[in-house]
Amino acid sequence: MAESHGGAKSPAAGAHTEAEGGHGGGFPPFESSTYASQLVSLAIFFVVLYVIVSKLALPKVGGAIEARQNKIEGDLTEAQKLKDQSEAALKAYEGELASARSRAQAIGNESRDKANAQADAERKALEEQLATKLAEAEKTIASTRATAMTNVRGIAADAAGTIVQQLTGVVPDAASISAAVDASLKG
Amino acid sequence: MKIDPIHQFNIEPLFTIGHIGNQTIAFTNSSLYMLVAVAIISLLMLASGTQLVPGRLQSVAEISYEFVASTIRSTAGSEGMKFFPLIFSLFMFICVSNLIGIIPYTFTISSHLIVTAALALLVFFTVLIYGVAKNGLKFFSIFVPHGVPGYILPLVMFIEILSFFLRPVSHSVRLFANMLAGHIALKVFAGFVAMLGFSLGALGWFGGVLPLALTVALYALEILVAFLQAYVFAILTCIYLNDAIHPGH
Repeated sequence: MAESHGGAKSPAAGAHTEAEGGHGGGFPPFESSTYASQLVSLAIFFVVLYVIVSKLALPKVGGAIEARQNKIEGDLTEAQKLKDQSEAALKAYEGELASARSRAQAIGNESRDKANAQADAERKALEEQLATKLAEAEKTIASTRATAMTNVRGIAADAAGTIVQQLTGVVPDAASISAAVDASLKG
Repeated sequence: MKIDPIHQFNIEPLFTIGHIGNQTIAFTNSSLYMLVAVAIISLLMLASGTQLVPGRLQSVAEISYEFVASTIRSTAGSEGMKFFPLIFSLFMFICVSNLIGIIPYTFTISSHLIVTAALALLVFFTVLIYGVAKNGLKFFSIFVPHGVPGYILPLVMFIEILSFFLRPVSHSVRLFANMLAGHIALKVFAGFVAMLGFSLGALGWFGGVLPLALTVALYALEILVAFLQAYVFAILTCIYLNDAIHPGH
């Protein structure tokens, strides 16, 4: 029945009456008189859509997506670069800090060594001076003692000579007196 | 109140464009909805801006773009991207026109077999022509599956060739039948609500709750089907194009 309407002059009227009439042969999807109109409109609108999609829509949307992708990648690269920079700065700072610390330590050590050396030197000089003075004092004591001893010997010899002379009336010779004094001094 | 679930598929000529032979070429309600679908797609894709941080409309446009692009890449490989405009046009055209068709009192373009058949044949001939142009006679190796014993090879080849030529049939009828059946079912169940209400009075008002609930459920299902059938049409196109791009597989 659909075919019988294929060549109808007024497909509109045909389709309408059939739809009103029921489901028999007037099933619109099999109404072949409408095929040409549908195919022509489909061809026109699908080609228009294809041209719009392929020439305008997809390049535009794809471009936006790609631009965003590039922007994100660029930003990530930039962030990585900045991060590397800050890490390098931190490393430089730490290196600088460590070297400054070691320098400070070196300076401290050096000044301490210097102070120690100076103190040592001063102490040594003082000790030498003291030692010299001690030695001089000892020498003086020794000479004084020697002189005193010599005087004691002379006095002893004189006294011994005088004692012997008084007792015996004989003047003893000097050699025997000094030998006897020496022997008693030693004893 | 009479239920006429077929009325919604009527083609109403709005004005005549011209004549080809004895055929009258008219601008019909179908043409109008095609125009609306193309306008909506163009508006969505072109008026959505190219902000770095996309707004809602731009997000929809970009999600459509990424969705179709990833479908092609996963089924036909990166070489399939040369058919991106075609598959995108097909998917968006079918999806948008199906979704418009869900709205009550509108017309569904893809509920007409002639439209779905034309789109399926467009895919079929694209596959055939591109496949032969790119691979020459090697294209026909898709009819000879690997690892089939020689004595059943003729039978397998016969089935393969038959299924290849039946592809546009299944491709078009799947979409057409889904849309047609869904819309008829919706109309019938929605019609029951009104019929019960008008014929049985107060009892009918309560009785109408069940078909109303079914209509709501079916409506939700039809929204899913509208999208899903567009997706199925697009992914089958990708799979068929994959044969043309890589006939060895």
